Amino acid sequence: MRRLRPGRLVAVLLGTVWLVIVLAPLYYMILASFRTQGTYLTSNPWVPSGGLSASSYSTVFHAGLGRYLVNSVTLTAACIVLTVTISLGAAFRIVRRSSRAVSASFVVMLFGLAIPIQAIIVPIYVLIYKMHLYDTLIALVLTLSAAAIPVSVLIMVSFVRDIPRELISAMLVDGGTEWTVFRQLIWPLSRPVLATLAIYNGLNVWNNFLLPLVLTQSSNVAVLPLGMTKLEGLYSINVPAVMAGVLVSVLPLLVLFVVMRRQVMSSLGGVVAR
Amino acid sequence: MTAPAVQGARTTPAAAQPSRRGGGRDRRRGHRVADLAGVGPPMLLFCLFIIVPMIVAMVLSFVRWNGLGTPHWAGGSNWAQFFRDPVARTSLVVTLKVVGLSYVVQTPISIALGLFIAGRQRYRAVYASLFVLPLLMSTAGISLMWESLLDPNFGALTSLAKSWHVAFLQQNWLGDPGLALYVLVAIIAWQFIPFHTLLYQVGRRQIPQVLYEAATLDGAGPAATFWRVTLPQLRYTMVTSGILMVVGSLTYFDIIYIMTDGGPGFTTRVLSLDMYDAAFLQDQYGYASVLAVLLGVLGIAVAVSLVRFTGFATMASQQEGAA
Repeated sequence: MRRLRPGRLVAVLLGTVWLVIVLAPLYYMILASFRTQGTYLTSNPWVPSGGLSASSYSTVFHAGLGRYLVNSVTLTAACIVLTVTISLGAAFRIVRRSSRAVSASFVVMLFGLAIPIQAIIVPIYVLIYKMHLYDTLIALVLTLSAAAIPVSVLIMVSFVRDIPRELISAMLVDGGTEWTVFRQLIWPLSRPVLATLAIYNGLNVWNNFLLPLVLTQSSNVAVLPLGMTKLEGLYSINVPAVMAGVLVSVLPLLVLFVVMRRQVMSSLGGVVAR
Repeated sequence: MTAPAVQGARTTPAAAQPSRRGGGRDRRRGHRVADLAGVGPPMLLFCLFIIVPMIVAMVLSFVRWNGLGTPHWAGGSNWAQFFRDPVARTSLVVTLKVVGLSYVVQTPISIALGLFIAGRQRYRAVYASLFVLPLLMSTAGISLMWESLLDPNFGALTSLAKSWHVAFLQQNWLGDPGLALYVLVAIIAWQFIPFHTLLYQVGRRQIPQVLYEAATLDGAGPAATFWRVTLPQLRYTMVTSGILMVVGSLTYFDIIYIMTDGGPGFTTRVLSLDMYDAAFLQDQYGYASVLAVLLGVLGIAVAVSLVRFTGFATMASQQEGAA
């Protein structure tokens, strides 16, 4: 009987409307990517008839999408490893509260939460240029990792803080050093939060547009978001090719999402909601 | 014994006791080395690429520099240029419009959807995972997708308009000066509502069930429960989400840059776009830094005032108590 409450009905209805708003463009994009340039113009974009083909996918791979894909994977992997490891180390020291300098660094890093990357993009560009890192993937690894540090450290600190103090003291009393505590206690216990942060930061890095736009130029270091716009420049009238490019760039994330849906959703919502 | 998880536990506490005093200095040095190894690398990276650029941006805003020659001290002339520049004034207005509209559009929808997917029914979990899909897409991808979808000649909306005979759907969505800004706000909402929906889902699930039972006992209907229990309890989620929404849309760049580049005319030109143009197209690093500093200061001011306004600062202690 509860089911029939009108309020619930309205909720389901509204939810469904939003579902259509979310899915319709995606459906359109998938369908469009399987057209040829000719059939795209002639057939109804909402109906899967009039001949479908995968030729757009080979077009985009010939245009260098594979290169962008490799660049994106490299960049994302490097950023995840770098951010996650150094943030955990910092979080451990911050929770140990061993010196005032450490606590001060934490405050400085928290301050970074309020600085939008757009506000400092010009000096970042100048700096990277002076460091002779312009148009390299290293420039992106360094800057994107730096940008991810505040959130990562904050989340890690709130996690490491919950590890019982007694465990740490017991290890120290038993002759363990700070290093063994980190290596044998903090690191293994932090696996879940490491995974959460890896997903959260990984998504941000994978999809970032501004830093690659400003810090790189040539096609051989272009990452996917930038590469897609290059594709659009090349094939501005070939919509199926552009859509195929977009889909290829989401595919790795989609696979990740299907494999570990729960984990991905809790990282997306949980990182900030904590 | 007390800590079975500790693998390094070999010596007993009694055996470790004598060495303790002598180990004090070692321990302190161990701490210093560990601090340096632990906090050093992230601090170095963070200071070099975030803190130093922030300071440089402030300095650059008082300097005339084209990026090549020697920078010249310009006093307040860059700032004066901002206040004289009519383009900057329109950009400021457009930016504030984007911020305001985004907040007004995204917040109620996110709350409604968040409450919807907070339900434990199976089909709602399915809805929730489909709602999240836009979050997986890059802004570049989203822009390109909507660009072709909204194309006035071959786009999918135009085709709908033709087959359903709904003339309204056939518009020059991004080329019409009266429409473009609203279309962009809608696409930005499409991109970010999923994220805020997740925040509200988490927020709703943290509300103690007892409160709802009490409300039912007091005879509160669904509407009263929503206004008197759910919404007040979501206060902190609203602040978090609000800050992220406002600061995010204040500095919003990607979709606008790719889809309209500020056009038609100056109708969708926001401050971040102004800044990008000044720096990377016109080589006016000083003036670009004025805009950058403004964006940063505006963002921090909004965040701080939202926190003050709502007594968000008390949250930390509350959450610690709950954890």
